[in-house]
Amino acid sequence: MSSVRLQSVSKIYGDQRAVSDFTLEIAEGEFLVLLGPSGCGKTTTLRMIAGFVEPSAGRILFGDRDVTDLPSYHRNTGLVFQGYALFPHLSVFENVAFGLRMRRLERAAIEKRVREALRLVRLEALAERMPRQLSGGQQQRVALARALVIEPEILLLDEPLSNLDAKLREEVRVEIRQLQRRLGLTTVMVTHDQEEALSVADRLVVMSNGEIQQIGTQRELYNAPANQFVASFIGRTNFLSGAMIGPQRFRTESGLEISVASAAAPERLLAIRPERVRLGNANGAANSFAGTVEFVSYLGATTEYVVRLASGDALAVEMHNDRAGNVELFTVGSQIRVAWDPDACQLIA
Amino acid sequence: MAGAAAVALVLRRRWPRYALRAATATCFAVMLLPIFFVCWLSFFKNEILSFPPEGYTLRWFTSLWLQPQFADGFVTSLEVALLAMLGGLAVGIPASLALVRSELPMRETLNTLLLSPLVVPGIVIGTSLYFFLIDVEIATELPLTGSMAGLVFGHVLVTIPWTVRLIAANLIGIDRAIEEAAMNLGADRLRTLLRVTLPVIRPGVVAAALFSFVVSFGNLELSLFLVSPGETTLPIAILQYLEWKIDPTIAAVSLIQIAIISAAMVGTNRFVRLSQVV
Repeated sequence: MSSVRLQSVSKIYGDQRAVSDFTLEIAEGEFLVLLGPSGCGKTTTLRMIAGFVEPSAGRILFGDRDVTDLPSYHRNTGLVFQGYALFPHLSVFENVAFGLRMRRLERAAIEKRVREALRLVRLEALAERMPRQLSGGQQQRVALARALVIEPEILLLDEPLSNLDAKLREEVRVEIRQLQRRLGLTTVMVTHDQEEALSVADRLVVMSNGEIQQIGTQRELYNAPANQFVASFIGRTNFLSGAMIGPQRFRTESGLEISVASAAAPERLLAIRPERVRLGNANGAANSFAGTVEFVSYLGATTEYVVRLASGDALAVEMHNDRAGNVELFTVGSQIRVAWDPDACQLIA
Repeated sequence: MAGAAAVALVLRRRWPRYALRAATATCFAVMLLPIFFVCWLSFFKNEILSFPPEGYTLRWFTSLWLQPQFADGFVTSLEVALLAMLGGLAVGIPASLALVRSELPMRETLNTLLLSPLVVPGIVIGTSLYFFLIDVEIATELPLTGSMAGLVFGHVLVTIPWTVRLIAANLIGIDRAIEEAAMNLGADRLRTLLRVTLPVIRPGVVAAALFSFVVSFGNLELSLFLVSPGETTLPIAILQYLEWKIDPTIAAVSLIQIAIISAAMVGTNRFVRLSQVV
């Protein structure tokens, strides 16, 4: 296993900047997720690490080894493809053995390592099957075993769960994460699914339009988004635009004056997470406004409301259904008060 | 009365369907009747073709092997077809890879060029190849006209459109990611080709091989110009025989030829559904 460094890596197709000036260091054993909508450059970045796409500029290093100019077959990365890309003409055993055969290992060593890899993904019993005889989840595990058996310096996962059904997806992502921890694999995963990303990552890179929007842990991205894109992409949030009118005082365009915790400079946008807003009991809250419930949806563990404030702003609010019956408290049309603390306000430039 | 009206109504409603069926049946009949008659004739007892037959016999099949021009022609045709098949693959496989996998400029033009032997009438290709080979022979003093090499070269030319179409169609359907997977696992381009790409497109390659064989085996127009003096291919032998005589011998030869070609077609169809490519 080694660390990975991308130094000012760019990829330009014609006049299209697929990835621009991407600089990142991935620590040994770290699980890093590249997250963003389709077309944001995350897959291009992964393919540059794997060696399928040649960077237009910048260097890529594995540990201290500069691999920028190495073809993919000399890089020793293990890539799990989105569609698994198993060799349809080879058995499960031969699929997993392929990388070892390319490395010209001895027959006995290949046999031993393939069996180990298959045991790791719990597929020993299916070694002689052909890929088309396997379910999607099993194919996915073969792809994983095939990538791991070569003891890659970096494990690369390209939307590895997107072809699985919802239930299996959760199971497999836990498995991948546990395996990654146990083997101490430096891992880069690409996904557009924020829940998936948040659940496995040590650290995330949010990308948009070929650029890094923010690098950080789940908490950092959620609680201190660097910009509107990150704030809206990670979780849900309410945006109020306006300007600072004094120390720790924000005034929205609709006329609300809101106390905020930090006193930063020329912020134009205030973000409030739905679960930080309280309904009903506004005693002593710094920010408290009157409004009307416009929409209620009961989701089991939580209930979501849309509240129209007197100022005209609509606010999404999420309440935990921890006390039986609190759902009944507010129905569409109820006149209520909403409240939140100054530290619930995220200011965004 | 009411019954007749009902029938008329059904007919009025369904006539398009019946018309389609009738047209289909006619087309099939037009295509299959000659083959049917050839097969039937080959068992007629009477030497001069006439209906109804005086009786049935297998003697045309046995006498066939006593006529050297048919046996020789069969062997030559077989040799040429096998060599043309190999030649067709030698061109078709790399050409398909270039057309489907590379980012060559002018790929469309190349594709058209490779398919062009389909458009030019065989007799024209035959004539022009003959003159071309004479010119080359004069320039290089290589004995090309009337050589096996020249004959095979001509046949390779007409197999190319088929090999390219069949193999390229197969290649287009293959997920490129499996080739990337091979490279990711340490296989360089050559080993990826040998260990992954070719095994995966084997159905297309086998189909191309069988189809080339069929196209070459039945070819008359090119062979007429390119065959060496004294040599003969099966279609030429048939033509020459027909110039003198029409008797069930020809039907017997044709039956054998039809059998071989059908076997190759059915074999091909097992690997690639021909209706999707041809």
